Amino acid sequence: MYYSVSGFLNQRLLTGRGTLLSPTIPVGSIVISLCGLTVLAAESAVPSRAHQPPRVAEDCPRWKEPRIHVPLSRLRCEGRPVKTRVSRVACPQAGGAAGWRRDGAARPAHLARAAGGSGGSRLWGAAAGLRGRRLRGGQLPAGRAGPGRAEGAAPPGAGRRPRMAAAAAASPSRELTQNPLQKTWEPYDNGLPAGHSAQRGVCMTNCPTLIVMVGLPARGKTYISKKLTRYLNWIGVPTKEFNVGQYRRDLVKKYKSFEFFLPDNEEGLKIRKQCALAALNDVRQYLSEENGHVAVFDATNTTRERRETIYKFGEENGYKQVKLGSPDYVDCSNDEATEDFMKRIECYKNSYETLDETLDKDLSYIKIMDVGRSYLVNRVMDHIQSRIVYYLMNIHVTPRSIYLCRHGESELNLKGRIGGDPGLSVRGKEFAKSLAQFINEQNIKDLKVWTSQMKRTIQTAEALGVPYEQWKVLNEIDAGVCEEMTYEEIQENYPLEFALRDQDKYRYRYPKGESYEDLVQRLEPVIMELERQENVLVICHQAVMRCLLAYFLDKPAEQLPYLKCPLHTVLKLTPVAYGCKVESIFLNVEAVNTHRDKPENVGVDRSREEALRTVPNHL
Amino acid sequence: MWGRRRPQGRHRRVCMTNCPTLIVMVGLPARGKTYISKKLTRYLNWIGVPTKEFNVGQYRRDLVKKYKSFEFFLPDNEEGLKIRKQCALAALNDVRQYLSEENGHVAVFDATNTTRERRETIYKFGEENGYKTFFVESVCVDPEVIAANIVQVKLGSPDYVDCSNDEATEDFMKRIECYKNSYETLDETLDKDLSYIKIMDVGRSYLVNRVMDHIQSRIVYYLMNIHVTPRSIYLCRHGESELNLKGRIGGDPGLSVRGKEFAKSLAQFINEQNIKDLKVWTSQMKRTIQTAEALGVPYEQWKVLNEIDAGVCEEMTYEEIQENYPLEFALRDQDKYRYRYPKGESYEDLVQRLEPVIMELERQENVLVICHQAVMRCLLAYFLDKPAEQLPYLKCPLHTVLKLTPVAYGCKVESIFLNVEAVNTHRDKPENVGVDRSREEALRTVPNHL
Repeated sequence: MYYSVSGFLNQRLLTGRGTLLSPTIPVGSIVISLCGLTVLAAESAVPSRAHQPPRVAEDCPRWKEPRIHVPLSRLRCEGRPVKTRVSRVACPQAGGAAGWRRDGAARPAHLARAAGGSGGSRLWGAAAGLRGRRLRGGQLPAGRAGPGRAEGAAPPGAGRRPRMAAAAAASPSRELTQNPLQKTWEPYDNGLPAGHSAQRGVCMTNCPTLIVMVGLPARGKTYISKKLTRYLNWIGVPTKEFNVGQYRRDLVKKYKSFEFFLPDNEEGLKIRKQCALAALNDVRQYLSEENGHVAVFDATNTTRERRETIYKFGEENGYKQVKLGSPDYVDCSNDEATEDFMKRIECYKNSYETLDETLDKDLSYIKIMDVGRSYLVNRVMDHIQSRIVYYLMNIHVTPRSIYLCRHGESELNLKGRIGGDPGLSVRGKEFAKSLAQFINEQNIKDLKVWTSQMKRTIQTAEALGVPYEQWKVLNEIDAGVCEEMTYEEIQENYPLEFALRDQDKYRYRYPKGESYEDLVQRLEPVIMELERQENVLVICHQAVMRCLLAYFLDKPAEQLPYLKCPLHTVLKLTPVAYGCKVESIFLNVEAVNTHRDKPENVGVDRSREEALRTVPNHL
Repeated sequence: MWGRRRPQGRHRRVCMTNCPTLIVMVGLPARGKTYISKKLTRYLNWIGVPTKEFNVGQYRRDLVKKYKSFEFFLPDNEEGLKIRKQCALAALNDVRQYLSEENGHVAVFDATNTTRERRETIYKFGEENGYKTFFVESVCVDPEVIAANIVQVKLGSPDYVDCSNDEATEDFMKRIECYKNSYETLDETLDKDLSYIKIMDVGRSYLVNRVMDHIQSRIVYYLMNIHVTPRSIYLCRHGESELNLKGRIGGDPGLSVRGKEFAKSLAQFINEQNIKDLKVWTSQMKRTIQTAEALGVPYEQWKVLNEIDAGVCEEMTYEEIQENYPLEFALRDQDKYRYRYPKGESYEDLVQRLEPVIMELERQENVLVICHQAVMRCLLAYFLDKPAEQLPYLKCPLHTVLKLTPVAYGCKVESIFLNVEAVNTHRDKPENVGVDRSREEALRTVPNHL
C-alpha cells in the first residue's frame, strides 16, 4: 500500500478533520484512522544523483530507464510538515508500526475492526486462496459457551479479541464434517456449521492494506500497480487498483494539454482534487464494505502551490513508451505528445520529496531505485507486505518472451484418460520434433527450458537437445482417486463429485487430490521465478498451463479452469505496456482435443448424458 | 544438481545459480554477524543448498591459543595485524577449497570486513575464482542491542573464560573501538556496483542493491523475515489416530480415544503456559484439526503441513508394504531422505513444500504447530540443524510437545510428554537394507501395533 500524500490533496485534507467522510482528509491519514489500515508507502525513486544523464535504452519498455522518482516526505500544509499530521492520525495503528515485530501487543492486528452494531471483532483472514473469506469471531454463538467456559463468553458487540470469541464457541458438541467441494474439515455444531475458528491457509495480514504509489509521472507507478494487483489477485488476495488518472479521464472526457496540470489552473486543481477524493472514497468502500483486502492507490503527486525547489531531471526518455500508449494522447503526433508530457512532469516535480530514511522512519515503505537496481525497505510488518516486497524485488522490465506449451500428446490423452504418467504418442513425439524446430527458428537468446517431473514433459524436452530443469511443482493437477480415469468413468463412479466439480471447478478438490486453487498456491514459486528470468519455455500440463496463463492474462478464478490450452500449440507471451501480448502458434501436428467445456446442467441430479455432453471425442 | 557439475544439463529442480556464491559479512563486532551467518547457513543447508560458514575469529583462536586483551586488535599492533591477516587468508583458502573442490555451493565468510580495502580484496578473490560475491552488512547503533549481544554470546566466548563478566564486557567494548575508526559502511554511491544487503537496527529497514540471482533473492527474502524477539515455537503431532492404533501410515483418520484425551491435555498445557499471542497452525487433515478444536482458540489450516504423501502405500501397515512392495521398502531404508513413494513424496519433497512454513515461522513469534511425524521431523531438523541423513529418523513421539526457544546461536529444546499413553510409531533403520533381505529382517524395527 502506499501512502501518497498528494500535494494538492494535502492542502485541503490536512486542514484538520479526522474522518474519511470529511472531504478534507489527508490521503494517508484518512485510511489509517478510519478503516484501521496499516500503511505501507511505496515509492519509485532515482537516487539523489538524479542529475546524471540517464542510461538511455531505446528499446526498453517504459520504466526501464532510470526513473526519476518523486518523493513524498515533506509535503507541507500551511507550513506544517505532513508527517506530523500523519503520525498523529495514524497513532493507534502506527503504535503497531512503532512497536513493529518486537511488540506483539501493540500490533494493529486485533485493533478491532470492531464493527458497530453487529459486534465482535473481525479477524482478517486473508488466507491464501480464500477469496474474501473471513473469520468473524462475532458471529459465533456466544450463548453456546459450555459450563466452565464463562470466561470466554464475549459480551455482544464488545469487539473482543477473536481468541476469546472462539473459545466461547468451543463446545463439546462440535464435530468435524468434510466439505464436499473442497474436502476440508469444518467444525459443525449440532448439525450446523459452527463459527469458523479455523482459517484455511496462512493469514496474510490482519487488516486491509492500502498501497500508496509514490513517484513522478512516467515512473512506472501504474505498471507496478497493475502488476502487483494482478499478482495478489492471482494468489488469492482480493485486490483492486484505483488509478486517479482514470478518474480524471472519466470526468474530463477530452484531454487538452499539460496546462490542465499547472499548479495555478484552478479548474484543473479542483477537478483533480475531486478525482482523488472520489478514488479514496471508492478505496474505503472496497476495503471496508466489499471485503477487499488490498487497495492500490495509484495517484500522481501534484501540489497546488508549486514549490520553488525543482528537481533537475536528466534527459528523459522513459516516459515515451509508457505514456504514448495512454488515452491522453490519442489525437496528438508523437512529438507534440512528448513535449506536452514533459511539461506535465514539470508541473509535478516541484513538490516532490522522496521518502526519507529519517523523516519517514515510522512508515512502512519500499523505495525502488533505478528500476530495481536497489531497494530501501523500511518496517515491513506483516506477511502480505513481506510478500509484496519480495515480489517487487523480483520483477524486472527487460524485454523478453515466455513460451508456454503442454507436453506432446500422450498415450492417455488418446484414450481420453486424465492424469497418470504416460509416455508420448506417435503424434506427441512428432510435436516434440516440431517444437525443437520452432525453438531453433525463433533463435531465442539464453532460452531456459523448464519441465515438470512427469515423463511426457521430459520426453518432449529431450527432443529439444538443450539443457532443461525439472520442477516437481509443475506436475499436473493431482486428480486423486480419479487419476487415469476417463470422464465417463468418473461420471459412473463418482457422479456427485463430477457435478460438484462442474459447479465450482476452481475450488473443487478431487478426493485425495488437488483443486485448481491448490495448484495456484503450488505454482507461486514458478511465477516468482518466471518474473526473475528472461526468456523461458515452460513445457507443462493443461491445468498448470491454465493457472500460469491466468496470471499473465489477469483472468479471474471463474474463467481460469476453462482457459483454452490445446495440445501442440505454443503460446508466446510478451510483456507490453501494462499487459501481455499473446501469440498462439499451432505447430501443425494433429492432436486430440482435451478441453471439456462447462456443461449447461451442473446439478447433482443431472442425467449421465447431460454430464457427458461436453466431453471431447476420444478412442 | 548444478549445471556446472552435471554437464548433461538436467536439473531436478530450479537451478539456483550457475556459479558458487560467496557471502561476505560486514560490520563491527557484536552486530550479530555470526548469528546471521549461522542462521543463514542452517537455512540454506536445509533447503538443499550445500553451505558452510567460515568464521575468521575461530581461525584466530585456533592459531593463538590464549587471548590476552583488546590490544591484540589495535590498528597499530603489528603482530596482531599479521596474525589476523594470516587467519583471513587461511579462511579464504578454505573457502576456495570448499567451493571449488568440495562441491560447496555457498560459503559464508564471517569476519568484520569493515574496510573498503579489505572488501575489495575479497571481491577480487571471488572474481578470480568465479564466485558471485554478496555482502551482508549489519548496522546497529542501539547500545542496548549491542550490550545484549555481548552478554548473550561474547561472554561465553573462549576468549573470556578466565575473566569476570565486567572485565570481559569492558575489554570487548574496547575491541569494538579498535575497528570504529577505520569502519567504512557500504555506501549507496561508492559501492553501487556491488551486490549487497544492509540491515539497519536489527531489521528496522533494509537497503538492497543489485540482487543478481535466485539464491541472492532467496537470501534477501530470508534475512528480511527473521527477527530476534524472544519467543518459543511449540511443535507437536496430532493426538493418536485410529490408524496409528492399527499401525497404518497416512490416510485421513480421526482421533482415537486416547488421542482425544491428548487434545484435552494439550489445551490444559497451553493454558498453563500462558503464552502471549499464541498462534495455532494445523494441517488440513482431520486428526490435526480435531486436536486443535479442543484448544478452543482460533487456528489456521495449512495444506502444506499435511503429512508426507505415501502414494500407493497410503493406509498400509509396514507388513503390507513389505509384502506388496518389498523392493520399494528396501530402497526406502537405503536412503529414506531421498526415497519417493510411488505416486507420493519423499522427505526431500517435503522440505521443499515446507519452506514457506519455515519462512512464516521465522516471521512469527509464539506459534504452536500441530502437525505430523514426517512434517515435524523436517521442521525440527531446521531448528536443530540436523543433516539430511538424520532427519527422517528424528524422534517425534505422539503426545509429546517440543518447546523450541532460540538461544544465542542455536535452539533450546524441551520435550514435554503430556502423560497420555500412545502407540509408538517410530521405525528405526534396520540393519539390513539390501533388496534381498528376508521379510523378518525388513520388519525387525517395526513398532508394535494391533
